[in-house]
Amino acid sequence: MTLTGDDVSEVLVALADPTRRLLLDELATHGEATATTLAERLPVTRQAIVKHLAVLTHARLVTCRKQGREVRYKVRPEPLGATAAWLTKVAHEWDDRLATIKRIAETT
Amino acid sequence: MVPDQIEREILIEAPVAKVWAAVTKAEHVGTWFGNAGATVELRPGGDFSCTWRDGENLVTVHGLVEKVDEPHLFSFRWARPPGTRPTVENTTLVEFRLRGEGAATRLKVVESGFRGLPKSDEDKLTQATQNTEGWRRELAKLADYAPTLR
Repeated sequence: MTLTGDDVSEVLVALADPTRRLLLDELATHGEATATTLAERLPVTRQAIVKHLAVLTHARLVTCRKQGREVRYKVRPEPLGATAAWLTKVAHEWDDRLATIKRIAETT
Repeated sequence: MVPDQIEREILIEAPVAKVWAAVTKAEHVGTWFGNAGATVELRPGGDFSCTWRDGENLVTVHGLVEKVDEPHLFSFRWARPPGTRPTVENTTLVEFRLRGEGAATRLKVVESGFRGLPKSDEDKLTQATQNTEGWRRELAKLADYAPTLR
């Protein structure tokens, strides 16, 4: 998938909150669920869960679909992989820069 | 979980003072962080800017020095995308720590704050990527005639 700085920032913001990480874990472990069933399983109010799910959906870490009167949420793993890949690229750039600093310090 | 910081380190066969110079002197910063010159005002709040030549274009990344504790700690913030002025919102923090190990120096770098990066459109990110590519080409050229030291 294509990734912009915007996406990276949104994914990192989404992951910064412990409740949202808990929600992701729950959805990843037990599969699709509604805000109501999540509220039954976790020590978080349904109202808070709906708010956190909106942030996760915005970062495209979670998708939802309507089934009758229910909205069911599930995990979308792709942005996690793409964000990790972006950070790996940044890390490689530092390896290159450190190698250059080493060359400068050892030859001057 | 995806981290919000990147840590890297390297062992350099040179005394701490030489590594400090390589990390902080403008003439060297213009090599490892830019390829067409740099400005470094070595004091907290000082200018830290680097220029890349990308084909016909010159692109400057702007930053600000945060901490200077010679010869053990140097940190600065730099703004993404290139060309923008640094603020708290659009910058990441880069921190260098130097530690003597016998006659050698352990150099550690930590870049943090990706979570706060600005809303940027795809064009800007593409531009940043192209600059990086240009810089990699320069590095490869440099590596051709620089002696390889291990």
